Amino acid sequence: MRDKVSSPAREFWERFTTNRFATAGLVVIAVLFLLSLAAAAVTPYSPDTIDAWHVLLPPSTAHWFGTDELGRDVFTRVVYGARVSLKVGFVAVGIAVVVGTVVGLFAGFYGGWIDSVLMRIVDIMLCFPTFFLILAVIAMLEPSIWYIMVIIGLTGWMGVARLVRAEVLSLKSRDFILAARVLGASDLRIIFRHVLPNALSPVLVSATLGVAGAILTESALSFLGIGVQPPTPSWGNILTSGKDYIEFAWWLSLFPGLAILVTVLSYNLVGEGIRDALDPRRRG
Amino acid sequence: MANYLIKRILMLIPLLLGITLITFTVIHLAPGEPVEMQTAMSPKVSAQSRARLREFYGLDKPLHVQYGKWLGNLSRLDFGRSFAPDNRPVLDKIKERIPITISLNVIALILEFGLALPIGILAAVHRDTLLDRAISVFVFVGFAVPTFWLALLCMYFFGVKLSWLPISGIHSLGSEQLPFFGRVLDLGKHLVLPIAIATFGSLAGLSRYMRSTMIEVLSQDYITTARAKGVKERVVIYRHALKNALLPVITLLGFSLPALIGGSVIFETIFSIPGMGQLFYQGVMARDYPLVMGILVIGACLTLIGNLLADLSYALADPRIRHGKG
Repeated sequence: MRDKVSSPAREFWERFTTNRFATAGLVVIAVLFLLSLAAAAVTPYSPDTIDAWHVLLPPSTAHWFGTDELGRDVFTRVVYGARVSLKVGFVAVGIAVVVGTVVGLFAGFYGGWIDSVLMRIVDIMLCFPTFFLILAVIAMLEPSIWYIMVIIGLTGWMGVARLVRAEVLSLKSRDFILAARVLGASDLRIIFRHVLPNALSPVLVSATLGVAGAILTESALSFLGIGVQPPTPSWGNILTSGKDYIEFAWWLSLFPGLAILVTVLSYNLVGEGIRDALDPRRRG
Repeated sequence: MANYLIKRILMLIPLLLGITLITFTVIHLAPGEPVEMQTAMSPKVSAQSRARLREFYGLDKPLHVQYGKWLGNLSRLDFGRSFAPDNRPVLDKIKERIPITISLNVIALILEFGLALPIGILAAVHRDTLLDRAISVFVFVGFAVPTFWLALLCMYFFGVKLSWLPISGIHSLGSEQLPFFGRVLDLGKHLVLPIAIATFGSLAGLSRYMRSTMIEVLSQDYITTARAKGVKERVVIYRHALKNALLPVITLLGFSLPALIGGSVIFETIFSIPGMGQLFYQGVMARDYPLVMGILVIGACLTLIGNLLADLSYALADPRIRHGKG
């Protein structure tokens, strides 16, 4: 009986799963999560045991992705590196979404000078080449994955703020908001209880795409040597040694890069899938 | 139009102030001081000389005083002196690095638009065909490829394996001896990979955007009218639809600037190109505050100018704004 009930969530899920690419993306992300959680069970090696006898070995059955300059198993390091990327993606985007949503809600709901001030801040923040800003702050701080997540989040909320604001502006004059106001609901109640839930769907899309962007940024930072610090493996810092040994050990560069590519691709596909499923008119 | 222009230019003032304020706050909120960086290495430096250094750089004053002084200097285009051992004016250091970064980015931008727009139009016109799907796959992969990784692979493949192209710097050793054409060819060879990679990095987003605006325009009533009138499909697409589909793309021109400039850190570092990105990276690593702040401000101002130019061309291109109240 339950199967017959049609809810918006179920309809959404049905539309999402008819998109093969998006479903594949979701599966890949799920597998990555499982792999990174069960890393110790997936691989017989430890990510930072140095083995001077097996340095820079090409891929083989014993070492699927070969070994690095210290004899560590690259497959193991890539699997453990997934933890960093997945964590960074979620926390950074979480911060960006919360800040962006709050700014967008208040700017759109109150309008007037609050809106002007908040939106000028957005304009100013958008002027900075984001990567410069992130680099400047990160390099001044002690290297830590938490700082990286916070900084990526705090430099990435502007798009969400604009989206939410636009959504609020179009919702504000609707009857159900007026009804809530007539019933005596406070501003905060109207904002968080009535406006927010209706403004969330575009945010979901932009958040999913944002996760992909955050993963790319973290890997670039780690690649430049100011992100996740060795010996903790991250896809970006494995590529740093990949660069140093590129003439002798292509596998050190190929596999972590592929991991980034596949992960980012999956998030993008899921994001597009959510967008199409939320708004069937946009399909195609 | 004149009113519009004046309004836009007046709007720049608060934005410029905001840029300097954020730059200053970001750099000064971070713990650690350049003086520590300079003195931490040598235990011989006494507390007294450390204090003298702080005083010399004005770091002992309250923050708002420091900001006021810095802003005052900025308004006279004085960006201060670099903390690096050469102690040169920041502006000079940036000036000699800007041309290479700007020219690289402008070439990449031209290539990006020259390639992405036809790709997007092609995909929109042949919507849901095999061609469109193939382009989509290319676009999605393009979105997901980390540029620095692509740079690595290209360096390996074209530089090491095939040794077709040099993989670092912008001149070969001894290229000054070459005749003019030889030098240009040498420079060109060095820039092929960085430019190709910078272009590729931004190709995906733009062509995707072009595709969706084109599809939207093609579904408008006036396109149906044109088709019903019996206008040739080619004319419908390239005359009637394209004009309107290109309008929103102009705004994107301004937006792609910060991404390109930001991206220059990565490929200038990888390919050892002596541009602004590399200078910034070096400055950041050495905690060269005046240099870092200078580049942040100039980078943001370049974006501001880019946005302004994009908005103005939009206004010029869109008759509704051109003839409107503005």
